[in-house]
Amino acid sequence: MAANPMTQFEVYRIGPEIKINQIDISFTNASLFMIISALSILLIFNLGSSKKNIVPSKIQLLAELSYSFISKMISDTAGNKGKPYFNLIFSLFMFVLFCNMFGMLPYSFTVTSHIIVTFFLAALIFIGVTVIGFIKHGFGYLKLFVPSGVPLVLLPLIVVIEIISYLSRPISLSVRLFANMMAGHTMMKVFGSFVISLGIVGGWLPLSFSVALTGLEILVAFLQAYVFAILTCIYLNDALNLHH
Amino acid sequence: MLKKIIFFNLLFSTFIIQISKSAESGGMPQLNPEFWISQIFWLIISFGILFVVLSKFILPKIRNNIELRKSEILDNIETAEKQKTEAENTLKNYDELIRKSKNEAKNYFNDARKKIIEDIEKKKQTLDKEINIEIKKAEAEVAELVNKAPEKIQKIAIETSSDLIRQLIGEEVNNSSISAIVDDLYKKNKGKYYGN
Repeated sequence: MAANPMTQFEVYRIGPEIKINQIDISFTNASLFMIISALSILLIFNLGSSKKNIVPSKIQLLAELSYSFISKMISDTAGNKGKPYFNLIFSLFMFVLFCNMFGMLPYSFTVTSHIIVTFFLAALIFIGVTVIGFIKHGFGYLKLFVPSGVPLVLLPLIVVIEIISYLSRPISLSVRLFANMMAGHTMMKVFGSFVISLGIVGGWLPLSFSVALTGLEILVAFLQAYVFAILTCIYLNDALNLHH
Repeated sequence: MLKKIIFFNLLFSTFIIQISKSAESGGMPQLNPEFWISQIFWLIISFGILFVVLSKFILPKIRNNIELRKSEILDNIETAEKQKTEAENTLKNYDELIRKSKNEAKNYFNDARKKIIEDIEKKKQTLDKEINIEIKKAEAEVAELVNKAPEKIQKIAIETSSDLIRQLIGEEVNNSSISAIVDDLYKKNKGKYYGN
């Protein structure tokens, strides 16, 4: 019968086992796809930036459009103060986007469907944003948890809620991306196995579903990368422009 | 109907089998911590390389390209505007030139006409003067002729009358007596022939 839909998420070693002080850092299929994504981003954007044409070529246009897309996103959400963090957000968006998109290739591995990867990225953003907030505003950054115009009676409750919502940011950010990718790929696998199990007679219905899902998943792959980047911008905006 | 029921039974049974199978095999591989450290390690390496290379080498180049294009386009627009104003100035100059030359041409034409008219006038005047002189000369000649005419007529009269007398009577007559008679007659009839 059909294969287990979760086997596509399994991580396995490629090559020898590498251990440093009992810690396993072997090269796996996940590492392979991270490296592939990073290298293809570098390749595409290097090609897109090496020529200085006044009328850009297609690949140069791609690079410059992505540049202005991210640049506009940052200035829309975080304003001019967000400019110094452009490089980080650009890399983050491109990395997540390319990992998602490479996951759409058959027999490939989706890096972002692993909670540990997305959680690590989200935690990095969370810690970074918190550090930036404290550097910019000192202990005044704690005012973020005290919204203005709230009745004094409700204040303790509100502060607790605000702190919980702030601390849940990395979890929501990572789980959103991970769950979206995992659910989509599982669904595709399940429908794919229906095609095989129902055969040539009944397989057409799940096949058409599968085709539609592929389109949807490509959309989701872009959308989740965009959401990931724009939420990073919004968190950064909170840290840069304290206006609660 | 039966076919439909069998179809849906098949569909759901396979779905349930799938889910139970995945549950049996221990669920999500994502929660297996065996390779967590490895994934984080390779994530740091790949994302770190990506971030460093992008921010050090590639993104500044793209930024430069975009700014270069912007400035070049602005420059081009500026030069285009400059050239436009230059072209307008040239057109103005050209129009001015044409207007001036038209005026000059008109002036030349007017001058030439004036000159010609003056010339014609002068020539006419000189011609008139000459004609007047000629007329006066002719008049003087006529007057002379008129003044001289009676003497000649007297001479002719004397000669003809002496001839007539010789033929009539066959005898020479003294010229002086004839001339005296002619003079007398002339004086008598002067008013008759030359008076107005």
